[in-house]
Amino acid sequence: MGKLFAVIVVVIAAVSATIFILHVWWPPPDISVHGAGIDRELGQTMVATGVLFVAAQLALAWFVWQGSSRREGRPIKQFPGGATPLVVFAVVLVGIEILSLTFVGSKVWANIYIAPPDSGALHIDVQAEQFAYYFRHAGVDARFGGLHPDLIDDGSGNFFGLDPANDTTARDDIVASSLVIPVNQPILLTLHAKDVGHSFYVPDLRIQQDFVPGLVIPLHFTATHTGKYEIVCTQLCGLGHHTMRAFLEVMTRDQYDQWLKAQAP
Amino acid sequence: MHTRYLWPLALAAVASSAARAPAHPAAAAGTIAGRVTFTGTPPKMRAIDMAKEPSCAAQHQTPVMTETVVTGPDNAVANVVVYISAGDATSATPTEAVRYDQKGCEYIPHVAVMQVGQPLEIYNNDQTSHNIHPLALVNPEWNKSQPPGTPPIHTSYATSEFIPVKCNVHPWMHGYFVVLTTPHYAVTGNDGGFTLAGLAPGKYTVTAWHEKFGEQSQEVTVAATGRVTVSFVFKALPY
Amino acid sequence: MTFLRRYVFSLDHKVIGKQYLGLALLAVCTGMVLSWLMRLHLGWPNAAVPGLGTVSPNGAPGGVMTPEYYLSLMTMHGTIMVFFVLTTAPFAGFGNFLLPIQVGAEDMAFPRFNMMSFWVTFLAFVVLVSAFFVHDGPPISGWTAYAPLSAVGKDAGPGQGTGQILWAVSIALFCVGQLLGALNFIATTLDLRTKGMSLARLPYATWAWFITSVIGLIAFSVLLPACILLILDQVAGTSFFVPAGLVISDRLQPHAGGSPLLWQHLFWFFGHPEVYIAILPGFGIVSHILPAVARKPLLGPRVFIACLVAIGFLSYMVWGHHMFLSGMNPFSATLFSVPTLIITIPATVATLLWIGTLYGSKLRFSTAALFCLGFISVFVSGGLSGFFLAQPAVDVYLHGTYFVVGHFHFVMGVAAMFGIFAGTYFWFPKMFGRMMNETLGKWHFVGTFIGVYCVFMPMHYLGLEGDVRRYSAFTDEYMKGSLPLHRFITVAALFTGACQLLFLYNLVHSRFRGPLAPANPWEATSLEWSTASPPPHDNFGGQPPTVYHGPNEYGVAGRSGDYIMQASSEADPAA
Repeated sequence: MGKLFAVIVVVIAAVSATIFILHVWWPPPDISVHGAGIDRELGQTMVATGVLFVAAQLALAWFVWQGSSRREGRPIKQFPGGATPLVVFAVVLVGIEILSLTFVGSKVWANIYIAPPDSGALHIDVQAEQFAYYFRHAGVDARFGGLHPDLIDDGSGNFFGLDPANDTTARDDIVASSLVIPVNQPILLTLHAKDVGHSFYVPDLRIQQDFVPGLVIPLHFTATHTGKYEIVCTQLCGLGHHTMRAFLEVMTRDQYDQWLKAQAP
Repeated sequence: MHTRYLWPLALAAVASSAARAPAHPAAAAGTIAGRVTFTGTPPKMRAIDMAKEPSCAAQHQTPVMTETVVTGPDNAVANVVVYISAGDATSATPTEAVRYDQKGCEYIPHVAVMQVGQPLEIYNNDQTSHNIHPLALVNPEWNKSQPPGTPPIHTSYATSEFIPVKCNVHPWMHGYFVVLTTPHYAVTGNDGGFTLAGLAPGKYTVTAWHEKFGEQSQEVTVAATGRVTVSFVFKALPY
Repeated sequence: MTFLRRYVFSLDHKVIGKQYLGLALLAVCTGMVLSWLMRLHLGWPNAAVPGLGTVSPNGAPGGVMTPEYYLSLMTMHGTIMVFFVLTTAPFAGFGNFLLPIQVGAEDMAFPRFNMMSFWVTFLAFVVLVSAFFVHDGPPISGWTAYAPLSAVGKDAGPGQGTGQILWAVSIALFCVGQLLGALNFIATTLDLRTKGMSLARLPYATWAWFITSVIGLIAFSVLLPACILLILDQVAGTSFFVPAGLVISDRLQPHAGGSPLLWQHLFWFFGHPEVYIAILPGFGIVSHILPAVARKPLLGPRVFIACLVAIGFLSYMVWGHHMFLSGMNPFSATLFSVPTLIITIPATVATLLWIGTLYGSKLRFSTAALFCLGFISVFVSGGLSGFFLAQPAVDVYLHGTYFVVGHFHFVMGVAAMFGIFAGTYFWFPKMFGRMMNETLGKWHFVGTFIGVYCVFMPMHYLGLEGDVRRYSAFTDEYMKGSLPLHRFITVAALFTGACQLLFLYNLVHSRFRGPLAPANPWEATSLEWSTASPPPHDNFGGQPPTVYHGPNEYGVAGRSGDYIMQASSEADPAA
């Protein structure tokens, strides 16, 4: 029985690790400026945990295999050095890993979430609601109209609750269902939620941020590749959560300018 | 010999003709007809981007527009429910169902009119799940998911009400259930025209209801036969 | 004594422990069936499940599950499993039965509190399950019930009105039951130890239950008021968790001034210690059983206790790692990630101590032993995947994906369950006076061990691809490619579920037909093995034992073999 267990453990460890190593399922190519740091951390963590995973499972399998021997008169043996080398190993090796990943990782994190956005960032206002995203550009007056929740009327397309009758800055606001941005342009999103909690996740951009009702949360990034990518909601928001998505379209500067002109209300 | 059976036959004939007689003693052949138009500038309708639901987006060659204010030639207003709000006699509940379709992520028709107690059948013709949510305040409020391929929802409403309808999954989908007590109603099309036929002579109040422009009513007297023309003009603002 | 007094409202901790275990068994069967339905829907979203349309004509018309039905199953699955299985069985169940015996006492310190704590917990379960039968069904907000989705009522979705309120009431009752239990465990451990049972000589399982109850006392004291506030937001018009200006179902909500993040902080301040409440008894059970089946002492026993204490202490400092992306101040993320990474050290040390114990051992491969060994393997897997999520920068990518689902199922759904299985196979003879069938047990182990790896390891791959969790279906282009792997997981899950039937059959059959068990079938040292199987009503037949040794005397030449029991007065040969 012990030998069977040991064999099963070794097979499981080998198969699992191989699938990870071969990148059979892996994040999509990174299209962001900040993503390289995340990918590097992910990769380093994968290597470190992979080594520990295989080593621990093999040690378990090996000791169980040994422990299953039925040789008569075999004495039990204490782990060489007792508990001390294991404690030292854990504290030193794991501790070093922890400290290094924390220090390096905190810089990656700070770059995305603590550092202020670029001063020339293109500001797009994002509203999440059950179960769609809407994106607002400021229009030619470069000013966003005020938001009035009591004026929200999804049926006539006034998702944000703008008041164009009385608020002239709202009249030229461009509301779109897709996030269309120019490539290599710093973008600043301001996220707010209309009803419950949602989240903004673009795996290709290596970016994620929850929407919190009552808060306006800034999020900035720069996309480095054109293309069409998917934005999905990762915060359970109700029965339509699995359908809540929008498309991120990264265009060349010319294409973006054309698109913006065509949207003018 | 036949005359002995003649009078029961005569009695049956009189009884059956009495049963066939309409509720009003006089014939109901009056008509109220007309057009609904607007003055001013109506708000611009917006294109609906169904990108988040590709199976629906694929069904529309040109984008669907919002339907809050649908206008036609010569300032016509569509989707106006014109009905008799006072003066009408009671009538039997119709048994024919009113059909409401969810197709291409739109509600068809935009405004569905039915009578109190009339069966309503809601179909999902799309590849995606819808969750229809009629926002009733007087009638019981409910919402129901319909995964693709599931049978239609059968329901009805017991009280007269103007009920906004939304889809809990697709925010742009909006429509109306209009539940009336009268059988005399019409919904204007793109030409803004309406005809209420089969009216007995009498005094009526005709009401025109539009989801954005509101309600207007007029008193009308209908003669035994013949046509009364009524027009409604709504004031439109750009926002 | 009447039947009710003896078997229903018993004050005997042994009966109460079995009652808790029975409740957990009912709960786990319910939770597992819910998971099968979930997995079927994920693999085949448009398929009609035979019979389901009759059971739930609203939620699954014609047998096809609606999205809200799936989410309600998911919410109830998580709630039932975390609370009524993983907190109930290893802690309240085994702890209640064994802790007084292991410390040499006649019963718990407060038998009446003990009886009340079970029945309050049972009532909580009934209230929770009643959510299945209300008009709009159970809530769909997940076991985490984030506000405002959980606080505004039925405008936010089906089940969010009555269902959510029942959920909150159930959890609040559960907290009360747990608090009563925790008080009992702490008082009994500190005050009712028999002569010679110093704290240093306590069995490791007892240490684990003791530390778990301290954690629980603080954690449940926070969850209880949080649930009360949530109920008030739903029914009393308060706005603890709901800000102004929300438009839900085309209605402007009347609330103002509340904070959704406040719910998250309160919930996770409880929620993180809760997962240690779920796993620490498993640590204790494995450390208790491993020496007996390896026939040698646990390596580094004092270091192990220190690890338990360190984990308990650090568990209160890490809750924000569930909230890195929640919208709280991003600097807090860096702060929370430090203790989160540091807590891996005592967990690593404990794992290495177990593996080190196996070195040079003479293993006896009972089913209990196999589940302990399996525990080590799956805890390594689950613990290491936590290492990714502990770093905010990596969590940016992995948060909300199946990677998280794989991680927590490995540590909770598998490792903690293996602790429960190990405890069951080990202590069944003591509880019921009969042995379980070892052949069935081994088949149960092999099928389950392979099965759980096939179910939960692939979830890490899905997460790396960006597959999002809590989705009721993957129907769009983005994630359609993951469907084959989801189907593989579903098949593995159904297979693993089928293997549990071996366990259920074994339990029932052995209970009535198993061979009679001796007092100490495993040749183990702790006090429960010094008394009969099952123990008499006052545990030791009127003669409380005196303790002469710690629990670790294995591999030594003793009077009865290669071990010396704690209550044996023979001298330690090494002394």
